[in-house]
Amino acid sequence: MSDVLETVATVLGILFVLLTVAALLVWFERRLLAVWQLRAGPNRLGPLGIFQTVADTIKLITKEDWIPPFADHVVFVIAPAIVMVTVLMAFAVVPFAPGLEIVELDVGLLFFLGMSSLGVYSVVLAGWSSNSKYSLIGGVRAAAQMLAYEVFMGLSLMGVVIQAGSFSLERIVEAQAGLWYCVPQVLGLLVFATAGIAETRRLPFDLPEAESELIAGYHAEYSGMKFGMFYVGEYLGITLVSAMVVTLFFGGWLGPWLPPVVWFALKTFVLLCGFVLLRATLPRPRFDQLMAFGWKVMLPLALLNLVVTGAFVVGWA
Amino acid sequence: MLSVLNGLRIVFQHMFRRRETIEYPEKKPYLPPRWRGRIVLSRDPDGGERCVACYLCAVACPVDCIALQATEDEHGRRYPGFFRINFSRCIFCGLCEEACPTYAIQLTPDFEMSEYRRSNLVYEKEDLLIDGEGKYPGYHYYRVAGVAIGGKDKGEAEHESPPWDVRSNLP
Repeated sequence: MSDVLETVATVLGILFVLLTVAALLVWFERRLLAVWQLRAGPNRLGPLGIFQTVADTIKLITKEDWIPPFADHVVFVIAPAIVMVTVLMAFAVVPFAPGLEIVELDVGLLFFLGMSSLGVYSVVLAGWSSNSKYSLIGGVRAAAQMLAYEVFMGLSLMGVVIQAGSFSLERIVEAQAGLWYCVPQVLGLLVFATAGIAETRRLPFDLPEAESELIAGYHAEYSGMKFGMFYVGEYLGITLVSAMVVTLFFGGWLGPWLPPVVWFALKTFVLLCGFVLLRATLPRPRFDQLMAFGWKVMLPLALLNLVVTGAFVVGWA
Repeated sequence: MLSVLNGLRIVFQHMFRRRETIEYPEKKPYLPPRWRGRIVLSRDPDGGERCVACYLCAVACPVDCIALQATEDEHGRRYPGFFRINFSRCIFCGLCEEACPTYAIQLTPDFEMSEYRRSNLVYEKEDLLIDGEGKYPGYHYYRVAGVAIGGKDKGEAEHESPPWDVRSNLP
């Protein structure tokens, strides 16, 4: 009985923390983007402008909940929910500290990969059910891009798995106690980070929702809280990818005298800032350039990483 | 790849530079003296209105936002009976200021004219008249013009000589 209570408490606690982080990210990203673009960003509402999220949420909630009459009603409403569900489910296996995870799966990594693949559905369904040209193009672009980049997302992680000897995220973190995997698996880190950015549809891979190209792409017909779900879902997605990069390549919660949870939070925070810096800096490639980059550059790199890691591990053993 | 990293470094260093944002309303932007903002009607150095209701500004206005009507006072001096500018139409182009022969209508560097009701954006003469001479101090139209009004006959303006008597033969 106390196990159940403990699990429920952990679930609620992590959910609360995650949603707070996603909400704060709404303000933080705008502030950070502004700072890197020599502007000020939102600094009016509350101390340093922190209540910007509250204002945005109130605005989104009080908007008219309009479903286009030409859209597929059921799928239109479900699509943003799929984003939130898959990302939050993927957080169930992330180890925040030794013993602080919702469930300790032997195949945690596979679960994460599965959940991110399910996330593709949300975008495609959103684009398809909106029944409008720009949304459809955005959805189809998202499907092609996420499919292509997911192939080597899994492959790049196999190097980590080979070195750690397990798919379980806890074992992987513990196996990095000597040397973080960012050093031997540099290639894997780069490939996985690129794939992660493409999975969450962030710049420079945000063609599915490019404002200057596709109006708003797959979420063009969305307004109010449904759009808010996509928005918060994107921030949760980048938090998830940052958390996974930290877990798999930067030693998770490992670190000297600070408590492990603080180390995890610190490293994830640094990576989140990296995400925002990428958005502030990089221009958007053309779609064919994006796909060529994925299939012709990243996939061979991932395979190369796998071959070299395998050779090393087999050669040592 | 290297260019990407270089770009990331450059953008990162923006963090340590001063922000370019002028934080309105705590800090106001710099407006030069000839900045075309709110329209005012100025007065003479003597305190009378400069506007002679010649309708030149209303004709010059590209969006027809000026409405006025001329009357004369008891001394024969023309002045506008009413003078109305619809600021929801005004584009602040300054053509009225260029057209005005008496330097009456002027554009000032002021833009804080927000209203809650659209009808409050139509300014009457009492909203437009100011007590001073605006941007052109010391200019008194009636002292340099040839028109005869109460207190000044023909030929009594500055730099003007009295009119010749054309019926006499004397030079």
